Amino acid sequence: MAVAERRPRVEVLPPVTERIGVLAWLKHNLFSTWYNSLLTVLVLLLLYFTLVPFFEWAVLKATISGTSKADCRFDGACWTLIKVRFGQYLYGLYPADQRWRVNLAFGLLVLAMVPLFLPHMRHRLLYACGLVFLYPPVAYLFFAGGLFGLEVVETPKWGGLFLTLVIAGVGIVTSLPLGVLLALGRRSEMPVIRALSVVFIELVRGVPLVTILFMASVMLPLFLPPGVTIDKLLRALVGVALFSSAYMAEVVRGGLQAIPKGQYEAAMALGLGYWQMMGYIILPQALRLVIPGIVNTFIGLFKDTSLVTIIGLYDLLGMAKLITTDPAWLGRAAESYLFAALGFWIFCFGMSRYSMYVEKVLAAGQRR
Amino acid sequence: MAANGAPAILMEDVHKWFGEFHVLKGIDLEVGETQKVVICGPSGSGKSTLIRCINALEDYQRGRIVVDGIEVTKDVKHIEAIRREVGMVFQQFNLFPHLTVLENLILAPMHVRHMPRKEAEELAMHFLERVKIPEQAHKYPGQLSGGQQQRVAIARALCMKPKIMLFDEPTSALDPEMIKEVLDVMVELAEAGMTMVVVTHEMGFARSVADFIVFMDAGEIVEVAPPSVFFTSPRSERTKLFLSQILHH
Repeated sequence: MAVAERRPRVEVLPPVTERIGVLAWLKHNLFSTWYNSLLTVLVLLLLYFTLVPFFEWAVLKATISGTSKADCRFDGACWTLIKVRFGQYLYGLYPADQRWRVNLAFGLLVLAMVPLFLPHMRHRLLYACGLVFLYPPVAYLFFAGGLFGLEVVETPKWGGLFLTLVIAGVGIVTSLPLGVLLALGRRSEMPVIRALSVVFIELVRGVPLVTILFMASVMLPLFLPPGVTIDKLLRALVGVALFSSAYMAEVVRGGLQAIPKGQYEAAMALGLGYWQMMGYIILPQALRLVIPGIVNTFIGLFKDTSLVTIIGLYDLLGMAKLITTDPAWLGRAAESYLFAALGFWIFCFGMSRYSMYVEKVLAAGQRR
Repeated sequence: MAANGAPAILMEDVHKWFGEFHVLKGIDLEVGETQKVVICGPSGSGKSTLIRCINALEDYQRGRIVVDGIEVTKDVKHIEAIRREVGMVFQQFNLFPHLTVLENLILAPMHVRHMPRKEAEELAMHFLERVKIPEQAHKYPGQLSGGQQQRVAIARALCMKPKIMLFDEPTSALDPEMIKEVLDVMVELAEAGMTMVVVTHEMGFARSVADFIVFMDAGEIVEVAPPSVFFTSPRSERTKLFLSQILHH
């Protein structure tokens, strides 16, 4: 089938490039109309009156040297407080001479996670699962002591960033698999499983985490025989894990719903069983899809750990608050809270950035 | 419609309702081994629903379906046994986008038939060669054309070495220039002796390959005849109307 060739009538021109200098950009974007110009001026004024004084206070006139409040300039930030009490922000009330145990345990974790990032590692999922089951007992041994000559450190003494990481870590690692199971249960065709999943999710989502922690702390002892106590931190961990898994379940369920029915049908037509279909076909796609939602939940969980203050545990924020009650540092509450905020921000932003990296690596957004 | 020995597929008085809507009204069908059946009809007639009942992707409320000697019931063991012997090719291909072509093909043999990986890969390459795209083994489905994807889907179904192959409008989502490559594969499959049930609008394929053609309309089987009779002297008015609509391009 011959097609007559047509010469193009118009020459192909190169694309037009506008000449944009800085002034031209400013004029075009910030001062294009009179109300835009007005807005720009107002915003600049706002920034000037808020950021400049803050910068002056936090950086220019701040003090970090010295060892007591008296060493600080009265009109600048007193970062000396942070420097002096740094250990408590990090470890809470953990005995200073035993802090090496915490460091060792976390160092071990970092080392153990290195294989997961090596490019030629096989059976990554299996290794990660093994780590999830083997590491916690080892870490607990280091933190709590009692064996091998390690001095016992009771859980109420665990605090600061260390405690935040423990609670958030346990919450994150348990909420994802539990959430997946709950989501699958909610979509199940077996009425009992579906009913149980729905009831659990709706009950847990219907109450604030504070009340769950409060009930675990105050009401649970009423039901236990006298003399039997369950460790306070353990109660908090269970509460946080169950709470977070209910939210995670709904995030995962959104992903499961987004997978076209054809994927389920093709898997079934090939003879794959339910768990094979979920494990090899559906969940890999669904979880990749909802990484933003999952990381969102993780970040929220990380910050929600602060609520353990209600049951008398001192996480990073709790320690920041506790330190402000010290009369030696009266009037320096802002520095303490700012530092805690910075700590949270570093971890949450880190998680956010890492998730974008994971999404890229898994090519999660690629058009299917 | 002669069956050689026990029929590969037997459907007796099958009824199905979607809620209040009566979608299959008393279907009786027998497909013998190595027979090729083409099912055609206007959209909404229930053809897709019919073949999806064969491998239990749809359930049915009344009647009996027996596939390869196993009755299609709600029993999971029955269903899994049937699905191992019945391969299905979908209109939308339904390849697994997060796996390479090769991984798509070896998944079921490895995890359902418990084949070792090496053997599964050899099997997969054999079928990829049979559908004439062995060089695409390490690409992802999204990188292939529609015709190539559908051929991969056919190869994937064949890797389970099924006794029966079901095709649900396999070329309806393809650009015209790619239809031929898929039909060629299906013709070769037919000539090799596979039992096939094909829902399609491709009448050329029906004419050259089918042992008999089933015309469905509004949930009923209106006419069953071999191609030589079906196209030249259809008995029912509805069949004549349908043929007149689709045979003049």
